[in-house]
Amino acid sequence: MTAAGTELTLRHPIERFTLDNGLRVVLAPDRSVPVVAVSVYYDVGMRNEPEGRTGFAHLFEHMMFQGSANVAKMEHARLVQAAGGTFNGSTHQDYTNYFQALPAEALERALFLEADRMAAPAITEENLRNQIDVVKEEIRVNVLNRPYGAFPWLQLPQVAFDSFANTHDGYGSFVDLESSTVADATDFFDKYYAPGNAVLCIGGDLDVGATEELVRRWFGPIPGRHVPPLPYTGEPSPTTVRSAVVEDPLATAPALALGWRVPDPVGDFDTYLGSVLLAELLSEGDASRLESRLVHGDRIAIAQSSYVGLFGDPFDVRDATLLTTQVHHPAAVPAERVMAAVHEEVGRIATDGVGTDELRRVQARIEAQLLQQADSVLGRTLAFAAAELVHGRAELAGELAARLAAVTPEAVQAAARGLDPGTAAVLELRPAGGAR
Amino acid sequence: MTAALIPPLGEPRPQPAPEAVETTLPNGLRVVVVPRPGVPLVELRLRVPFAAASARNAGVHAARGAVLSGAVLLGTQQHDQAQVAQLLQSHGAELSVSTDADRLVFGTTLLPGGLAPVLELLAELLTGASYPAGRVDGERDRLAERIAIARTQPGTIARSALAARRYGAHPYAIQLPDADLVAAVRAPALRRLHRERVLPAGSILVLVGDLDPAAATGTAAAALEVWSGSGTAVQAPPVTEQPAQGIELVHRPGAVQSNLRLGGPAPARTDPDLPATRLAAMVYGGYFSSRLVENIRERRGYSYSPRSAIDHQRAASSFLVEADVATEVTGPALLETLYELGRMALTPVTEAELDAARRYVLGSMALSTSTHAGLASTLSALLGVGLPADWLSTHQRDLTEVTVEQVQAAAARYLAPEGLTAVVVGDADRVAAELGTLAPVTVTGGGGQE
Repeated sequence: MTAAGTELTLRHPIERFTLDNGLRVVLAPDRSVPVVAVSVYYDVGMRNEPEGRTGFAHLFEHMMFQGSANVAKMEHARLVQAAGGTFNGSTHQDYTNYFQALPAEALERALFLEADRMAAPAITEENLRNQIDVVKEEIRVNVLNRPYGAFPWLQLPQVAFDSFANTHDGYGSFVDLESSTVADATDFFDKYYAPGNAVLCIGGDLDVGATEELVRRWFGPIPGRHVPPLPYTGEPSPTTVRSAVVEDPLATAPALALGWRVPDPVGDFDTYLGSVLLAELLSEGDASRLESRLVHGDRIAIAQSSYVGLFGDPFDVRDATLLTTQVHHPAAVPAERVMAAVHEEVGRIATDGVGTDELRRVQARIEAQLLQQADSVLGRTLAFAAAELVHGRAELAGELAARLAAVTPEAVQAAARGLDPGTAAVLELRPAGGAR
Repeated sequence: MTAALIPPLGEPRPQPAPEAVETTLPNGLRVVVVPRPGVPLVELRLRVPFAAASARNAGVHAARGAVLSGAVLLGTQQHDQAQVAQLLQSHGAELSVSTDADRLVFGTTLLPGGLAPVLELLAELLTGASYPAGRVDGERDRLAERIAIARTQPGTIARSALAARRYGAHPYAIQLPDADLVAAVRAPALRRLHRERVLPAGSILVLVGDLDPAAATGTAAAALEVWSGSGTAVQAPPVTEQPAQGIELVHRPGAVQSNLRLGGPAPARTDPDLPATRLAAMVYGGYFSSRLVENIRERRGYSYSPRSAIDHQRAASSFLVEADVATEVTGPALLETLYELGRMALTPVTEAELDAARRYVLGSMALSTSTHAGLASTLSALLGVGLPADWLSTHQRDLTEVTVEQVQAAAARYLAPEGLTAVVVGDADRVAAELGTLAPVTVTGGGGQE
């Protein structure tokens, strides 16, 4: 265990308890700055959406900001922000989260707000129609009105996976969004937003005893409900290449994405860490294999990146998950050439392995990045919450630097062997935005 | 709503006030070190004044500066590009180098044990970046491709068009370097630019985090004393801005959204009008609890993320309004955006609106400086424009004293629609006519690709 890894683990002791209604509570005190972060993670994400309701987890996230039994519309924002705090929520593959970062004296107010909407959000026809419009504008900003908007996060899973859970558009089709009803939203809330299906994680400037009392006061009265079983989202490992070509009407330069299945991020965690380090070794910075080869050596790429997990966080996802390599390349360079170079670089690691020095450097860099994330009260609170929900152990977030430092060159080589050119999902984006 | 149920706020706890230890080295470099509790990391920012020497050479300067910011990492006599990157990486670091119309910034995080070697490598780059010709060509060509891609993003098209319309011949008109000027950059020009402009005079090194101020200052002095070079810092020329009349509509055929952008002058960081103007901008559209968000997002569903902000450059500060709206509601969305501006300028905000905005600004300032990285970036920006390290606390005190009357006066002066320059990026065939009912429209562009 490295010194920094030890320190990170020791500085943030974890306290946890469970309320009678099933709500799991994690406290991660650290009083060095007078800031507190409150987060609620519900165990429902894009992968849980029923057919015909694509985008519903995200649409419902918006509904949770529309007020609740004792909070009028716009009041959630006002009560947090007028206390000097910030807030947001986000929808992921396997969970939906809500969070605030506030001056420590506003802790109880944040707990009240989260408890009030966990008990009874204001799901009305007017709010639903309004937020369907807002979500459509969000999709236009992020996907439809810009080049590369769906690349590769909405497009590659369709090539790489088979099940509806893993392949469908998590932002949602406009047809599905527009046909959503208040009854759908109420059902979704009843099914997935039970206290027993959530983790409440509070980090930063807090007193453990007093905070536990506040949590019990505000969340204790919420009745427990049935918790749905965790759906299986794994898939058999692919045995063939699957490929697709998409045209982007707004893009003027091509792009390529390759996706390989990686080991189960939860059930096979130690093997999975080899894939996480491999992604860093391939693509993080000028010293990395792919930056060095594609960008600086062969000059066949404009930009490259490799990452594990659909949104780039390897530690907040369940099976099935990809290691994705994406490359933007000049139109004059054929996609086949880029792909061959990527496979060759991965193949070199699979065949020759990696040196201890190179791996040490990558481990030092990843440690610095993890520490940087942990420096923010909100950043580490969210990491603890995700680790509790997905891995059942908030402590894991504090141990990651040490766990990654213990990964051997052999484990990284084994991970590279898993990136078989014969089982890759290949997505080619071709520009249809006209000549420059 | 059951107001009685809402828990009141407790007593605020004091913010730790970081102590900045400042030294000026014999070569003119200012070194500012701030020890801070938190994670075992150090954040490094080196800010070098980098404005164009004149409006006439601003385009060439911007193009060369953009290539230089990548090419400075291509190696020295002692280390090639890969060795530079590997050395940094072994200390958890990765240098990012960026330029804008005012400055060049080197930044990274690093593990504390790497302070001396990383500073020594930085000194080596500052004094001996070699700009190998073949590699510079590769970096330049890649930058040209990246600029071409950036110019297809509607947000970039809108930002560029607004800056060009507001600043005309001033260097601030250039948001992205011109592709042809980038294509003309060669290694010798970069070596000359580096020699003439990457100078210790006027530059500021900020170190924040897990360090001892005296030791860190000594380490920085030992590493960077070799950095020499004669010459004085160049700052951007003064800005005189006249609001352009009517709406410039940048045609983007088939666009499913219109990008509305309004911009005008705002008080500088040293201007006593700043606190009131900043709060006016907050109440208008600066955060979720604002009038613009309530109107065009939460009431009408026209836009996902409408917003306003005060933006500071060295020679000009701006009040900016941005909203990306569905093509079919472009006219109504701009109408509401202008209406809310007029309401700010003509009628007073409520005490509750002012107090909420004030608490949010104070709270979010505290949050954004509560990490090593946030504090380092904030300090680098403030010191770089000539402000003292304690400007933040002075500004916070000034914010607490702003009155409703001052906010209205500031809004009348800086938020009135008549004083703002307007640009819309969208499908002119579908939106020109309805925008024409609000103001005269001039259509430019032809797809947003240059």
